[in-house]
Amino acid sequence: MSTHTSPAIELRGASKAFRTPSGALHTAVRDLDLTIGRGEFVAVVGPTGCGKSTTLTLVSGLEEPTEGEVLVAGEPVRGIGDKVGFVFQQDAVFPWRTVLSNVMAGPRFRGVPKTEARERAREWLARVGLSAFEDRYPHQLSGGQRKRVALAATFVNDPEILLMDEPFSALDVQTRALMSDELLELWSGTGASVVFVTHDLEESIALADKVVVMTAGPATVKEVFEIDLPRPRRVESVRLEPRFIEIYREIWASLGEEVRITRERSAADVA
Amino acid sequence: MSPETVAAPSAAVTKDPAGTDRARSRARAARNRSHLVHGSRVLLLVAVLGLWEWLARAGAVDPFHFSMPSRIWEQIRTWAVDGTAQGTLWEQIWYTLYEALLGWVIGVVAGVVLGIALGRIRFLADVLGPYIKVLNALPRIVLAPIFLIWFGLGPASKVASAVVLVFFPVFFNAFQGAREVDRNLVANSRILGARDRQVTFQVVIPSATSWIFTSLHVSFGFALIGAIVGEYIGATKGLGLLVAASQGTFNSAGVYAAMAILAVVALLAEGLLTFLEKRLFRWKPAEAGSDR
Ligand SMILES: Nc1ncnc2c1ncn2[C@@H]1O[C@H](COP(=O)(O)OP(=O)(O)O)[C@@H](O)[C@H]1O
Ligand SMILES: [Mg+2]
Repeated sequence: MSTHTSPAIELRGASKAFRTPSGALHTAVRDLDLTIGRGEFVAVVGPTGCGKSTTLTLVSGLEEPTEGEVLVAGEPVRGIGDKVGFVFQQDAVFPWRTVLSNVMAGPRFRGVPKTEARERAREWLARVGLSAFEDRYPHQLSGGQRKRVALAATFVNDPEILLMDEPFSALDVQTRALMSDELLELWSGTGASVVFVTHDLEESIALADKVVVMTAGPATVKEVFEIDLPRPRRVESVRLEPRFIEIYREIWASLGEEVRITRERSAADVA
Repeated sequence: MSPETVAAPSAAVTKDPAGTDRARSRARAARNRSHLVHGSRVLLLVAVLGLWEWLARAGAVDPFHFSMPSRIWEQIRTWAVDGTAQGTLWEQIWYTLYEALLGWVIGVVAGVVLGIALGRIRFLADVLGPYIKVLNALPRIVLAPIFLIWFGLGPASKVASAVVLVFFPVFFNAFQGAREVDRNLVANSRILGARDRQVTFQVVIPSATSWIFTSLHVSFGFALIGAIVGEYIGATKGLGLLVAASQGTFNSAGVYAAMAILAVVALLAEGLLTFLEKRLFRWKPAEAGSDR
């Protein structure tokens, strides 16, 4: 019963330090407190290199926190769980597998019989509009199509928690808007909780229920903004609404400062 | 509005044949070029062989030492028709090929298995790494006489020579391939639910195959060298023995003839490997300008 009332993701005083090649400790995330409710779409924005990706790897179980706790559905994270889906920034499709086989990979890894896995994969390929491409290899697809394959391959596992690390940053502007709409549509049926990392403030407001602003590295939560724009949203039109622009100003006042700090630091590093 | 809708299709109609025309002339140019390349290749071969023959006949080079194409051809014909001193020519070719192939397969399997294992298991790599480096630094061809002592005149000693030559390049490539697997792919597969075994067999090995295949081309040549050198030192059958026997009777045409046969065998094997590679790597984008 307690697993039903507990939030989807909870980070309690989580810190992560890496050992750099020179042997020094580099703190990427410090004392991070963050709670993400069930079915919530949370966008995380922060300056480049502040520790956003690291935060996601902590939630996914790919990395362990050096201090603090990370809970998923009320349980502490121990290794990679089966509740989590992760869409990476870089292409992470298997180049030697066809589109269909790529989407089947997750269920097959988890022991689903072949025919059932194929059926489920076809379903998701239809949903991302790639049914006609199931026999192609990734190199025969456009960047946007490869991203769709990655989305289908992630959604086919029915993740309760969806982690996305700047998934659309490598796409051109039009494709990005299109993919954002598609993501909202795919997500709306699943009830999954989403953590969407981006450095694009517009994208984060258009997509999310909540926008979390991170400080310049080491990352910790600076401020959380509720986005009260009505759903369903269309990315291209929502960003023209007065309320959107209002929210944008408000958040930028907070985020801009951190971006400036990061920029000044890197300028100091170069000098 | 209306002029545009009228103009658009007519433009498409006039443009299309022009496009296919250009495509056709480009295809023709490509064909011509490939004819030219192949013709020049044949011409070059004929010129070299002709010059060799002419110089030998004119006495400019000594045919006793350098032989000449017509004698070499005559030697191959004699071997093919009347057989060699050790039996038929086909038997010699088969022996060498058998030793090389067996040595190659063993060396490749051992190299791939160990390479992937060391690439995946850090502890093994740390323990065995230095020993493998030392063994690789040895000039392994000097092991051939030792193998002859250990395994006798039969095929086993040649197979062993082939194995030690093949193993190392394959091993190092498989190791490198396993090490250089895209970390994102591994992370992604683990998130999707892959266990360690699945990561090894379905992510690491597929990504290492292009590394491994690179070494397969070179290593088949090494397998042939191992078999031939083994036969040359001591054997009862095989092309290497044919070389040794011809050399013993100062029959330079025989040495060249055996070499020519070997070259043909090696080329055929290479062709087969390239064919397999093409089938296996359908998932790879075609390399621009690759024409092997
Ligand atoms: N595996 C690692 N080893 C050492 N340092 C790392 C590692 N991963 C990330 N970092 C460092 O941690 C900081 C935060 O990185 P990251 O989380 O990728 O930032 P973001 O995703 O916000 O751009 C960076 O300064 C980066 O150099
Ligand atoms: Mg990042």
